[in-house]
Amino acid sequence: MKHEVFEKNSILLLIGVLIVVSIGGIVEIAPLFYLENTVEKVEGVRPYTPLELKGRNIYVREGCYTCHSQMIRSLRDEVERYGHYSLAAESMYDHPFQWGSKRTGPDLARVGGKYSDEWHREHMIDPRSVVPESIMPGYPFLAQTELDYKDVARDLMANRAVGVPYTDDQIANAAADLEAQLDPFSDNYDAFLERYPGANVRDFDGNPDMISELDALIAYLQMLGSLVDFDVYKAEDFYR
Amino acid sequence: MISAQRSDYAVAVAELATAAALVLATVLSIFLAAGGDDPVMRFHGYIMAAAAGLGVFAVFNKRFNRREGVSRDDPAGYNDEVIRAGVIASMFWGIAGFAAGLYIALELAFPGLNFDLPWLNFGRLRPLHTSAVIFAFGGNVLIATSFYVVQRTCKARLAGEIAPWFVFWGYQLFLVLAATGYLLGATQSKEYAEPEWYADLWLTIVWVVYLLVFLGTIWRRRESHIFVANWFYLAFIVTIAMLHIVNNLAVPVSLTSSKSYVLFAGVQDAMTQWWYGHNAVGFFLTAGFLGIMYYFVPKRAERPIYSYRLSIIHFWALIFLYIWAGPHHLHYTALPDWAQTLGMTFSIMLWMPSWGGMINGLMTLSGAWDKLRTDPVVRMLVVSVAFYGMSTFEGPLMSIKAVNSLSHYTDWTIGHVHSGALGWVGFVSFGALYCLVPWLWKREGLYSLKLVGWHFWISTLGILLYITAMWVSGIMQGLMWRAYDSFGFLEYSFVESVEAMHPFYLVRALGGALYVAGALIMAYNLWRTARGDVRASEMTPAVVPAQ
Repeated sequence: MKHEVFEKNSILLLIGVLIVVSIGGIVEIAPLFYLENTVEKVEGVRPYTPLELKGRNIYVREGCYTCHSQMIRSLRDEVERYGHYSLAAESMYDHPFQWGSKRTGPDLARVGGKYSDEWHREHMIDPRSVVPESIMPGYPFLAQTELDYKDVARDLMANRAVGVPYTDDQIANAAADLEAQLDPFSDNYDAFLERYPGANVRDFDGNPDMISELDALIAYLQMLGSLVDFDVYKAEDFYR
Repeated sequence: MISAQRSDYAVAVAELATAAALVLATVLSIFLAAGGDDPVMRFHGYIMAAAAGLGVFAVFNKRFNRREGVSRDDPAGYNDEVIRAGVIASMFWGIAGFAAGLYIALELAFPGLNFDLPWLNFGRLRPLHTSAVIFAFGGNVLIATSFYVVQRTCKARLAGEIAPWFVFWGYQLFLVLAATGYLLGATQSKEYAEPEWYADLWLTIVWVVYLLVFLGTIWRRRESHIFVANWFYLAFIVTIAMLHIVNNLAVPVSLTSSKSYVLFAGVQDAMTQWWYGHNAVGFFLTAGFLGIMYYFVPKRAERPIYSYRLSIIHFWALIFLYIWAGPHHLHYTALPDWAQTLGMTFSIMLWMPSWGGMINGLMTLSGAWDKLRTDPVVRMLVVSVAFYGMSTFEGPLMSIKAVNSLSHYTDWTIGHVHSGALGWVGFVSFGALYCLVPWLWKREGLYSLKLVGWHFWISTLGILLYITAMWVSGIMQGLMWRAYDSFGFLEYSFVESVEAMHPFYLVRALGGALYVAGALIMAYNLWRTARGDVRASEMTPAVVPAQ
């Protein structure tokens, strides 16, 4: 066949282009949805609590991903610096993923529990007060801004629509659960922990009078990478 | 005469339909402005209402002007008015995008410049910079040049009278929604696909009309063959449509909320994102700009394209191979190994068609190499192709897993991107704009070729400072992160690597400042050219008839 055919017929050219550019994507993306060993079946990974989800949205809103990755590669130095390499399962409920592409600051995939809440508070208000060499912007406005969470149930519903297994119970109690996570003495304490086993419950920003954006962000940071128990995880279980 | 009347009638119907759609859009936008869930949506409601309202005015104004015979536009000739607008928009967004880049570069050197404000912090400004240079500057250059090239090479007027203007203004509206959205915190956080769901939907509509205008013009052609530049433009338009739609699939929290959750999660989302992300490079920043190269290099050098056969091979090979390259952004991550290996393999193969394109562009100069000395615009175009060759060699190199383990997450990637963006995309765009302004404003030549020379050297120096600073800092970062001391412990804390970057961030900012300065010189030169001025010292003496 002569190439002239394409040069004289724009529709043939268009169809030719579409076929040629579709192949790579189909081969590389489609199998990820059905090959069973793409995402490990591990215990512990659960959907975000309403407060953590709100915190994650703040992380997204501020563009934290432009400087921080959340993906520890399977390289010796990374595992020693940041902890166990990241599993696909650990971001299976992340819409969108936050693996990042640049480390102007350190990886945050396992930052949960690494520093105290107080450290995070100081660090967000003035990063150079705790890390003098840091070049991170300050986020003092987070502690002063009230968290807008009256419609948090709708966030959970939208997540369920894209495949996160939130239960009716979790959606119905979303706003109450958000408040409960900030108060270890609330009546909702047990019910909340039943819905989100192992979640951290405390006042994260040190200001019990206000539910701030900083509460949500620290709640999110403090759970990052902490869901899978690597004492019982064995990579060999997933070899094929 | 009858056909002229009929086409008048068709235009009137189209204008009325457009006006009606715009009135409807105005009303809907006012509802959003009043009842949006969040401040971003309400603000964007006002912007959309204003844009749609102005659109209604513009449609009637254009009709009135045509009736009165005020329009500069020659309805029988080429439609150049929309291209002139595109050239001005390109220059405006270019300077805005470069300046934003310079500002965030300075923020990394002097974090005080974030001023603790939400809308000035690096995380929100960085997407503003990338979108402004890629989509606002690059996109406007691509739309304007494609409208110019497709008309000339098809010997036909652009399809539609309102449609090209809809594409132009619709695209600017998308850019404004995206940019203001970032500053206010509306983002999907997918790199180079940050705009939220409603901006994405709007872009999809604009893009489909763009495709129809482009194809419609090809259908009117009075040449039997479709010129090679148009293959590249067409591949760019349809592939970007495919990538944009799939990567931006999302479920909004509500129809009046600016927040959405993307459809895919985790590893599938990562793969889809980098399939999109790398092909934003491959099709927006490469295929589209190769279209520019295939028209403007031969035209300016007044030589035919070097090899017809090479252009066919490199076209099909390039568009086939590029699509596979995405996984090289995800080496050693939780993406399955088979996908990483495929991505690496195809990225290395991609070196060949890329250099095929480079060779075809450079060798077009054969027989006209002297122009490199005499015409700084040719010099700019040729150096852009040379940068294309350099960064398409560096890319495959960095896609090798062993190299990537060092380079990934570091400034090396930033340097690589900028040798492509500043060197290739920037320079080929500048070359095209230097050609277009005299052609479109019907001038003999540019206001000053000397100023083009200054622009060329200042910008080239800026690029070299930029990319060498990022090579050093990137490789140093990578080496520091993996360095072990004699006891077998990691030698450096993370923040020690941050501290070590400071001098290179200064050099990079200096390089960026030079690049901005070059662009300002260019804007001045183009403005004077459009006005019809010629620099006094560069006037060619009028030919005096012999006595």
